[in-house]
Amino acid sequence: MLFSETFQNKTKLISRRMFILSALKISVFVGIISRLFYLQISENIKYRSLSDKNRFREWKLIPKRGIIEDYFGNKIADNIQNFQLHMMPEDVPDMKILFFKLSKIINFNNNEKNKIIKRLKKRKRWEPIVISDNLSWSEFSRLNLFLNEMQGVKPVVALSRKYYEDGSNSHVVGYVSEVSVKDLKSNEYLKEVNVPGMKIGKIGLEKILNKLIVGKPGIQRFEVNSSGKRVKELELIKGIEGKNFRTTIDSETQKFASSLLKNKSGSVCVMDIFTGDIVTLVSSPTFDPNQFVHGISLEEWKELMNHKEKPLINRALMGLYPPGSTIKPIVALSALENDIMSTKKMVECKGKIELYGQTYHCWKEKGHGFMNMRSAIKQSCDIYFYETARKLGVDRLSITAEKFGLGKKVLNIFSEEKSGVVPNTKWKLKNIGKGWFLGETLITGIGQGYFQSTPLQLCLMMAQLANGGYEIKPRIINDLYALQPTINAWRKEFELGKNDNNLNNSNLKKLYRNKENIKFVLDSLYGATNEPLGTSYRSRLTKPDFVYAGKTGTSQIRTITAEERKLKLKNKDLPYEKRDHALFIAFAPYKNPRYSISVVVEHGGSGSSGAAPIAKQVIKKVLERHKIRKKYQLDLFREA
Amino acid sequence: MKNYFEKRNQSISEKIIAFDFQLLFLILTLGIISIFAMYSSEMGNFSYHTKNHLYRFSFFFLFFIVVSFIRIDLLYKSAYLFYVIVLALLIGVDSFGVTASGSKRWINLFFINLQPSELMKVSLIVFLARYYNKIPSQYVNNFKHILIPFFSFLIPVFLVASQPDLGTSVLIAISGLIVIWLTGIKIKYFMYSFFVLICLIPVGISLLKPYQKARILTFLNPERDPLGAGYQIIQSKIAVGSGGIFGKGFLQGSQSYLDYLPEKHTDFIFTLFSEEFGFVGCVILLLIYALIIYRIASIGTQSRNNFGRLFCYGFAAAFFVYVTVNMAMVLGLLPIVGAPLPIMSYGGSSMFSVMLGLGIVMSCRIHNPNSIG
Repeated sequence: MLFSETFQNKTKLISRRMFILSALKISVFVGIISRLFYLQISENIKYRSLSDKNRFREWKLIPKRGIIEDYFGNKIADNIQNFQLHMMPEDVPDMKILFFKLSKIINFNNNEKNKIIKRLKKRKRWEPIVISDNLSWSEFSRLNLFLNEMQGVKPVVALSRKYYEDGSNSHVVGYVSEVSVKDLKSNEYLKEVNVPGMKIGKIGLEKILNKLIVGKPGIQRFEVNSSGKRVKELELIKGIEGKNFRTTIDSETQKFASSLLKNKSGSVCVMDIFTGDIVTLVSSPTFDPNQFVHGISLEEWKELMNHKEKPLINRALMGLYPPGSTIKPIVALSALENDIMSTKKMVECKGKIELYGQTYHCWKEKGHGFMNMRSAIKQSCDIYFYETARKLGVDRLSITAEKFGLGKKVLNIFSEEKSGVVPNTKWKLKNIGKGWFLGETLITGIGQGYFQSTPLQLCLMMAQLANGGYEIKPRIINDLYALQPTINAWRKEFELGKNDNNLNNSNLKKLYRNKENIKFVLDSLYGATNEPLGTSYRSRLTKPDFVYAGKTGTSQIRTITAEERKLKLKNKDLPYEKRDHALFIAFAPYKNPRYSISVVVEHGGSGSSGAAPIAKQVIKKVLERHKIRKKYQLDLFREA
Repeated sequence: MKNYFEKRNQSISEKIIAFDFQLLFLILTLGIISIFAMYSSEMGNFSYHTKNHLYRFSFFFLFFIVVSFIRIDLLYKSAYLFYVIVLALLIGVDSFGVTASGSKRWINLFFINLQPSELMKVSLIVFLARYYNKIPSQYVNNFKHILIPFFSFLIPVFLVASQPDLGTSVLIAISGLIVIWLTGIKIKYFMYSFFVLICLIPVGISLLKPYQKARILTFLNPERDPLGAGYQIIQSKIAVGSGGIFGKGFLQGSQSYLDYLPEKHTDFIFTLFSEEFGFVGCVILLLIYALIIYRIASIGTQSRNNFGRLFCYGFAAAFFVYVTVNMAMVLGLLPIVGAPLPIMSYGGSSMFSVMLGLGIVMSCRIHNPNSIG
């Protein structure tokens, strides 16, 4: 029975060990179940979100950029269809062959090839890449013809910015270009809306309006597999198109003014004297903003940067010029307002005057003879204004000048706009650190010396004189105004001197003390343009509705030496850089005025010969177009 | 001495009555689940893997029934021969093997690409069961009786590990060790060999292939290389975890559908299953496996001979190890070593060996009256 005994012993032993093993098995099963519990129930949310992160991927869609229109709804910054070529790197069997084929079909040189190769290295293989941003129609159609021979490329019709090619609006509208790293850093809103390949405004209105005009990108949500390939579209959240903007600009006069300034450096500004609407804002020389849309080439960029006259500068806002004689109406007004002089005050002009041991010259060497204030403005007598300024003092003059819009930014929305300088004793002490010389007061009185103003400031100054001496807020973006009096009531009040209730209740701010002083200045300007001996008499318009009044200005950019005076050098005999700037400010029509204008032609010689003829033509154009403009008036300035 | 197995011929009907229908039913259920899982792994297409899996399961299910009807004493007698044949095949793999993805695991037998290491899982247990059958327990700890089993499992373990197939070799080693331990070898011998093993770890590490080292390092910290070696385990955990209580639903597993799961039809089939059927599904699946193991073990307990008992206990333990190692692996509890989930995973050799083992278990049950205590 030994065998049987051992067998039973053995059985017992096996069973005992089996029991231990079973206990072990149960505990391991419990362990696995608790692990499952941990992963699937406790941590479920975490893993579910991780799984969704795996699954879904979003692609942002570039939103449609808002359109910028002129006053009449003409699109001065438009979106047009353009033809692009996209490539999906993972679908391309052989890059080299593809590049070779492309070079035969479209304009695709080695330079561009290397750029693409560089960009490819930084990107994932399933991310589409734009090979060519702007294909011509013939390239595009040729490409479609050979498409079956090229795998992995896709012709795409996209939207891109289109501007007027003549460049008449370039400085106002600006341009868009690809988002740079710097843009991303300095603009918080861009982080939300930026989509690779999106373009944003870099300058001008395009830059100012960026935030509202870009819109919001749409989102395309895809399910992707483990290699990142889109499996199916799950959701399409439509983006929000950028807001459209209407400006106060008249692109027709823009074009016209721009053509008048061709081959000159300068600017033309036209403003509605009641609404402050900027009708024209042209700077010359100009550039083609379309160059920037698809990335400017190095040669084009160099050409723009090396151009002597710096076409990218908006002279109407950034150009700083001594106002010259165009300041004289303000000097006269200041003297009258401060009761320093009467309009009847006579001063004899002998062509020069000795004061404080220095000789000050009038532009007319022989002298004007006896002048009263009106004839001094009309003939722009320097000697009279030396005397006026001397009596007035620079500080009182600067107060009036600042009141009428000099020395501060006009629009304040363009970051590139300059504020200019209205000098006074405090200003000199603060900025130059020296006391004021009385002699400096004299040249300030004829708008020379430290005086610096932009053409737009001069235009605003003219407008605020011409509207009867009321403050206006210039604008270029055509949004609705707050309640203002009708223009007719405004005019009636100014002409008849009746205190119109409507006007008194308004929030209009008077810039004058005595209305008669303004009337006197405007009348003097009428003389300057429409009476013989007036400085701009040759540029007058005789048709009754077009009669305007204006003031010339010639701003010296150098001191004329005594020798030069003897030689009687004329501007046209001087080298270009030494010639005077020609300035002209005016308002039109003289009766029932509506527009003010400023024209600056750099190194254009005298105001009467260099600037006034241009102003004359622009005024004619603006007045001719006034009827059409009236129809588009949206706000409460409607003429009854 | 009496013949160990009493020769008594049972009629076919007797055999059928003796059949363990519970086990049969459980295997069939598991097979059906596995076909659905395979169907899901192919994104709801009845294509290559699903078809093959269905054919294999059907074929080997029949094979299981056929083996069940083979008399236990016949199986007992041929145990050594079976072991020797499999060992020969294993050696053959080294010289005539088919190489796939860096390791030589398969041998081309013209009609099937067989993985002898999978068969070794079963044949080693058969061998040990037969070997210990006759040895009385007081002699078990004799040096002579330790040496033969020791080499009988060490040789195949070494051969499989050098293929290299770390997972299978560990599984063979564990199942062999469990059988040896069950027979009553003193715990201290295990302690000694465990100590020796620890001393050998540095040597072992130097013999590991770089990818095997990477797998172990990755197991210790999956985030070490989230897109490389750690990718599998991270994605597997995401799939399981995102399943939640009731799962994403049949054919709705995004992780598997979108190709985030590696090896989803073989080693990671459990991940796919748990993503689609959630915690509840997993517990049910685990319950089926537990019942299968329980049935195998209880057949062993009812067995009237030590061969049957040892084999059943050994196979139950081995089956348990296959299931748990695979699950622990995909749940991030063990390094990824390449261990299939019995019946669920795609793979002929694995199916072959599991069904063979189950067939022998069933034969033990059917022919139990045959033997005497």
